[in-house]
Amino acid sequence: MSGPDLLVLATVATLAGSGIYLLLERSLTRIVLGVVLIGNGANLFILLSGGVTGRPPIRGLFGSEGISDPLPQVMILTAIVITLALTAFLLSLSHRAMRLTGDDEVRDDEEDRRVIARVERELARHRVREEVERMRRIHAEEGFRAGLRARLGLRGTVRRERRELRRRMREEWERQMAADDPEGGMDTTMGEDSP
Amino acid sequence: MNNVLVPLPVVLPLLAAGLRLALAQRLVRVQRGISVAVLAAVVVIAAVLVYQTDHYGPQTMHPGGWPAPIAVMLVVDRLAALILLISGVITLCVLIYAIGQGASDNDESTPLTIFHPSFLVLLAGVADAFMAGDLFNLYVAFEMLLTASYVLITLGGTPARVRAGMTYVVVGILSSVILLIGVALCYAATGTLTLAQLAVRLADLPPDVRLVLQLTLLVAFGIKAAVFPLSAWLPDSYPTTPAPITAVFAGLLTKVGVYAIIRVQTLLFPGEALTELLLVAAACTMLVGILGAVSQTDIKRTLSFTLVSHIGYMMFGIALASRAGIAGAIFYVAHHITVQTTLFLVAGLVERRGGSTSMDRLGGLARVSPLVAVLFFIPAMNLSGIPPLSGFLGKLWLLRAGVQEGTWPAYALVGVALLTSLLTLYTMCHLWNRAFWGDRGKLPERGQIIEGRRGLSGTGIVATAAPGTMVGTAAALIVFATAFTVAAGPMAGYIDRAATELLDRRAYLTAVLP
Repeated sequence: MSGPDLLVLATVATLAGSGIYLLLERSLTRIVLGVVLIGNGANLFILLSGGVTGRPPIRGLFGSEGISDPLPQVMILTAIVITLALTAFLLSLSHRAMRLTGDDEVRDDEEDRRVIARVERELARHRVREEVERMRRIHAEEGFRAGLRARLGLRGTVRRERRELRRRMREEWERQMAADDPEGGMDTTMGEDSP
Repeated sequence: MNNVLVPLPVVLPLLAAGLRLALAQRLVRVQRGISVAVLAAVVVIAAVLVYQTDHYGPQTMHPGGWPAPIAVMLVVDRLAALILLISGVITLCVLIYAIGQGASDNDESTPLTIFHPSFLVLLAGVADAFMAGDLFNLYVAFEMLLTASYVLITLGGTPARVRAGMTYVVVGILSSVILLIGVALCYAATGTLTLAQLAVRLADLPPDVRLVLQLTLLVAFGIKAAVFPLSAWLPDSYPTTPAPITAVFAGLLTKVGVYAIIRVQTLLFPGEALTELLLVAAACTMLVGILGAVSQTDIKRTLSFTLVSHIGYMMFGIALASRAGIAGAIFYVAHHITVQTTLFLVAGLVERRGGSTSMDRLGGLARVSPLVAVLFFIPAMNLSGIPPLSGFLGKLWLLRAGVQEGTWPAYALVGVALLTSLLTLYTMCHLWNRAFWGDRGKLPERGQIIEGRRGLSGTGIVATAAPGTMVGTAAALIVFATAFTVAAGPMAGYIDRAATELLDRRAYLTAVLP
């Protein structure tokens, strides 16, 4: 492999590497840039697949001796057009996402949200159960009056937990409704992901 | 030998798409007529091709008039013709369903004018992928169908669809780049991209180079087919789109990936099935998919997970690489395209009547709308593999192929397949219990406009018994799936011949190479 070819290969590696790095980011703009870089890397790679470079493959200009392989160039032309169109589509999509959400971050998976909500519910239930256990223990060990005091404290805890849970559920529900609503959501209220 | 029928399934939908765009808002009836007529024509052509390939061997077409290995060519063999026929029937039914839905929502507004052309381009891409005679044409076909699907999945640009569409588009582009790199590697190694010529020349390469090429192509097609480690994108993106679009995606797009894997494995890399690797992938796809389905509370999401899970069955057959295995996989592709599309269409009917696809909000649908319940029940049982239906036949075929293989990984996979089938039955019963039996939950009254749900064009859906065209097409698809059972004998014979032809390769090679 000759010097210039090696240089092209190094360029391909750099483009693909940087592209993948950008693709792993959370910002949509960087993802689009990553897609562009990877696409160009792949196009250059096709150029390499044509073997050693030679004279321009134009019929009748240089004879058929020692010209480059024209086929990869044809393929690159097709691939470039496709990459261009898809980049345009991706850009408009991320612009639309930015208009809708106010930032250009990748949204969380619906499933992730559901799992988190389920875990939170379980944790709250667990906390209440622990509190009940503690109340029972106090009741058994320190007598009736201490038990009564603990029970009053417990009611507070349960109420607090329940209020917190209900708030979370309502948030989730409102978010879900907003997400299902095709015409709503043009404002930026959808932007904040609840922590 | 040029067969003029071969390019028509690609050309006709593209022409119709252009015509529809040109006519824009005028002559709505004529436009619908054009779409339906074109798809019906594709079905008829595919049926003729099925006959021709079965009697006269693979049919070819060189559109540019160049001699054989140089030309971009289209090749149809038994496998391609059969899958094309089934895809044609499915898209025709889904289109009629969508027209029914659009008509009852009373809309011909903006998003819908783009829906039909995109849908037609999607079919053209799918047909091109089935018939592509060279690797680069296959890449272009994939781009065609993927680009159409990008438009369809983000239709209307709602927040949920943009969010899901973003993941889908980026994953799609990445898989295409990997395919492109595979194409470049193949060209660098052999100097050709025509599949038939590749098949000949790859045999001379060192085994490790061949392995690199094979794995690159498998990863690229594996993403599109949603095989396990590469399947995470699917259940997140499919459920957000309107019912007809999800239905056609679920039915066709992943199967195009499976088809490409079958083609590449049998034609380019015969005798190097990577059986162990693919068996592990198949087992993981089945189990992870179905366990995901068990834990869902939304009908569309459950169905998306079962879709992933059942890709595992086809991978099982491909991994075995025996005649029975490949034949079983082909039958399963045919069965699964039909049944999965039907289920998603019925999910659309449920959404229309019940106002939601969340099982938490549905209940007692069997009493409110018994017809929809029956329409759901039959394909659900078909998917789980209850005896007389085609799901049972497909599973039986694959399991028998596994037992014939006789190695312990094959036996293990037979066990996993049975377990998955059982869990599918469990999932479907669970879904049935929650949504169709029990008390009438929060179902809206007839004629009430459903909050937060929108039809294809973004106008509100009114809770009604679904219009006749929608119910009719869903029922027609169920009849079509039942036909697999009724015509199981001839169909099995045909598929067996198709598998023999794939493994033998001679018919394909002599048809393409002069």
